[in-house]
Amino acid sequence: MTWWHRLWRRKQMEEQLDRELLFHLEEHTADLIARGYAPEEARRQARLALGGPEQVKEECRDARGTRWLEDLAQDFLYALRTLRQRPGFAAVALLTLALGIGATTVMFTVINGVLFKPLHFPDPDRLFTLNEQTKGISDYRWGDLWAYSYPNYLDCKLESRALEMSAWRYNGGTVSAPGEAEHVDGIEMSSELFPVLGLTLARGRAFLPEDDRPGASPVAIISYALWQRHYGGSTAAIGKPVVFEGKSYTVVGVAPPGLRLSLDAEIFTPIGQNTSVIMQRRDAHPGIDVWARLRPGATLGQAQEELAVIGRRLAAQYPKTNEGRGFVARPLRQELVVEQVGGDRDMLWLLLGAVGLVLLIACVNVASLLLARAVSRERELAMRVALGATRGRLVRQCLTESALLGLSGGALGVWLAAMGSRPFVALWPGSLPRAEEVQLDWHVLLFALGLSLLCGILFGLAPALRAPTRDLEQILRAGARTVATSSRRLHSSFVVTEIGLAVVLLVAAGILGRTLWRLSSLNPGIDMRNLLVARAALAPSILANPARIPAAWQELLDGMRRVPGVQAATVVDTVPMREGNNQVGYWTSAALPEKHQMPLALSSSVTPDYLKVMGIPLREGRSFDEHDRMGSKLVIVIDEVMALHAFGKQDPIGKHLWIPDMPCVGPKGETFYDCTDPYEVVGVVGHVRYWGLAGDDQARVREQFYYPFAQVAEPFLPRWSELMSIVVRTKIPPLNLLGQLRREARGATGDQVLYEIYTMQQLASRSLGEQRFLLLLFGIFAGLALLLACIGIYGVLAYVTSRRVPEIGVRMAFGASRRDVMRLVLRQSLSMILAGVGLGVIAALVAARLLEHLVTGVRSIDPLTFALMICVLVAAALAASYLPAWRASRVDPMRALREE
Amino acid sequence: MTVKSDLPQGTLELLVLKVVALGPVHGYAIAQRLQQVSRFVVRVPQGSLYPALHRLENRGLLAAGWKETETGREAKFYRLTRKGRAQLEKEAESWERLTEAVGLILRLSEGGGE
Repeated sequence: MTWWHRLWRRKQMEEQLDRELLFHLEEHTADLIARGYAPEEARRQARLALGGPEQVKEECRDARGTRWLEDLAQDFLYALRTLRQRPGFAAVALLTLALGIGATTVMFTVINGVLFKPLHFPDPDRLFTLNEQTKGISDYRWGDLWAYSYPNYLDCKLESRALEMSAWRYNGGTVSAPGEAEHVDGIEMSSELFPVLGLTLARGRAFLPEDDRPGASPVAIISYALWQRHYGGSTAAIGKPVVFEGKSYTVVGVAPPGLRLSLDAEIFTPIGQNTSVIMQRRDAHPGIDVWARLRPGATLGQAQEELAVIGRRLAAQYPKTNEGRGFVARPLRQELVVEQVGGDRDMLWLLLGAVGLVLLIACVNVASLLLARAVSRERELAMRVALGATRGRLVRQCLTESALLGLSGGALGVWLAAMGSRPFVALWPGSLPRAEEVQLDWHVLLFALGLSLLCGILFGLAPALRAPTRDLEQILRAGARTVATSSRRLHSSFVVTEIGLAVVLLVAAGILGRTLWRLSSLNPGIDMRNLLVARAALAPSILANPARIPAAWQELLDGMRRVPGVQAATVVDTVPMREGNNQVGYWTSAALPEKHQMPLALSSSVTPDYLKVMGIPLREGRSFDEHDRMGSKLVIVIDEVMALHAFGKQDPIGKHLWIPDMPCVGPKGETFYDCTDPYEVVGVVGHVRYWGLAGDDQARVREQFYYPFAQVAEPFLPRWSELMSIVVRTKIPPLNLLGQLRREARGATGDQVLYEIYTMQQLASRSLGEQRFLLLLFGIFAGLALLLACIGIYGVLAYVTSRRVPEIGVRMAFGASRRDVMRLVLRQSLSMILAGVGLGVIAALVAARLLEHLVTGVRSIDPLTFALMICVLVAAALAASYLPAWRASRVDPMRALREE
Repeated sequence: MTVKSDLPQGTLELLVLKVVALGPVHGYAIAQRLQQVSRFVVRVPQGSLYPALHRLENRGLLAAGWKETETGREAKFYRLTRKGRAQLEKEAESWERLTEAVGLILRLSEGGGE
């Protein structure tokens, strides 16, 4: 009979055991009678010989090996019964745990999805991203890693045996037919990209090597979403034209739904058909991503070695561009997960830590509830020990009970997490990378299970280890009247811990609140009311003809100004507090140092009234006007930060700056040219918080200058125009005018669109998104912590004072007043609170430093916030102690003494 | 109240195996047989016989079934399994080796004394 049989046929086994022993007794009795004993005496002798039947049975049951499970079931049912007896206690404990475990599970679900899950491409560990790597030169942002130049990519691809390479680069633009014109993100890619990633198309075919070369007929793959929007998801779309940036492409395929590279591309075109100069230069780095897959059998080591060889060969062949330049492969996961998630990763861990504190408080709370109960059950437990239960058995029973609590709380928590993780991701400021991966999976379930069991053991251990072993007699005799000092000490240590943890969360929330308050009252440097910004895409036919571009912008602005309610409209290439910036090096003399040694400033090219429309105050000199145009003196306006840095106390007006990276052309009209003509500073304006209200103070590049769009050389106009935004100042809330502005923007050909539309206030508020989000969550956590700590202190005091009733009775009989009694209880509570605050403040100092490190704009040393939050806590905790204290003071001394 | 056995640990099981090896037999008969064969030298507490039987059954050394006795009553009969027989041989052998060795030592010390 197997173990399972023995377990399932318990009843049958018991029956057979009874019959077997009965048979034995009867046979023995019969024998004894046959030998001449009287029947009564025979039966007695037989029973004596066998021993106590229950003990024999117990030993036989032990022999089955199913004992522990039966005990477990028994303990389980017992635990269920005791919990049902006190539904209030059970509900509070379960809710507390469910909240703690649920919140922690939500955070883990997000972290698991965003950070831990593998990339959703087949065999993702063999995918790598390739970069050029320089020795010596280190860029301010990417270190020594560079995007590939296209000729270097072609050489590497041709010569590598270990890696199958592909390349892609951003290529957004306007899709103008079929259907309504709209701006989409897109990429140019080599024909290998989809095969390298292991993607299969939803419809049609991937690019062929024939498509991926200059002069081939223009073909495009469209995203699943674009296919739905513009073609209604019809199969007939394959072979139909799509007009992108004014050029007609034949649709050959539809990408799989939900495809995400590092951006949501909607249209894919062959990179080999791009014949622009920048793609042919070995010294240009036009944002090409190279993704590769290790060929079967090849190792990363081989690939790196091979890349090193290719790098040395190219350096020898093209010393001018490739000297000191090699190639390096890194896991694609590194780029897509680690680098993209970037700062969000710290925030995720920070939140998990905060949630962990809440969970810890919840555990301590349940532990103190359980402990109070365990102490009042001391007599029962002592009785059981006296009847023969072993200590291990009692510990096991206590732990079963707390594990049951933990697991039920965990189940509720997982349910909460299943409901909560989506809304949580939706609340995330900005877009959380890889958010689509956030789902419950077995990792999460395992985590929740482990967490629940851990919590169960954690809060069950203290009561369990109190299971009595010694001094049984005393416990049994003393009854339920006295509170052992050890348990009182344990109780107060629980309260102290809870208060300490609550202090940490409260102070963190307070600091974040103060930070947000301080940041939002900062002067952004512009007048943000009724200001709308949007990127504008000119008609592709105009972009193809640079000479027409300035007039086209003028026309667009005139159109905007015609809309009733619009006060002014202007054009700029980079908008404060939005993605996108243009950092260039400058110098105060013509003797330029190495490029990476020059100070950097943010440059913006603007139409003359930009500064006025934005409300950027002029501090000195003049603003731009119509006379600053092509051929006239080159001029710039700088901000006060740059003025101070570049010229110190000297007057900057009339001074010159050399800025080699400006859009000027060389003597023969070449565009790859370091400008040698100086720019004259004609004005100084106020500083604008370009990096957002929170980020600007810590930003690496804060200096700003403006130059006239009219002085941008003609060959740069198409590239500049791709990036330009319009800024519109209105008399009424600008979003109300959106429809009319869009219609006006459409232009004669109907294919000009506005996109990425925001009010300046939206942008400013978004720049505080992280702080606001953290404040919201920490506020919730701190509130929960405060509530739990108050429940905890109330529960413990209520319990302890109820057990001191006789003592209080004696005190009152000896003349203590009600007020004395209240003072007695409150003093006890205050000492716990103060101890907790003391511990909490130390921990909070550490937490504050962590916040300062992780969240922009936070200043950790903030005595006022500390003091305020601690006052809140002490007040709440004292309020929670008031009721038990009041109750104690109402004790009737006569009754208390009689009870004793 | 457990009657303390004066058998060395594990010996009871060896004896039970040996008794059962002679043919299918029920618990009471085993108790009697042990007492008779050992000429009342070895006192087997009947209380520990049944747990031993159940342990052996659960380890697969014994198999059990309900059968009628000669007197026409239903009783649980135990018989040796193949695994049980192997175990019996192994344990009997090691027992003999042990007693032989102990005997040798005892004799040696007597010889040394003469």
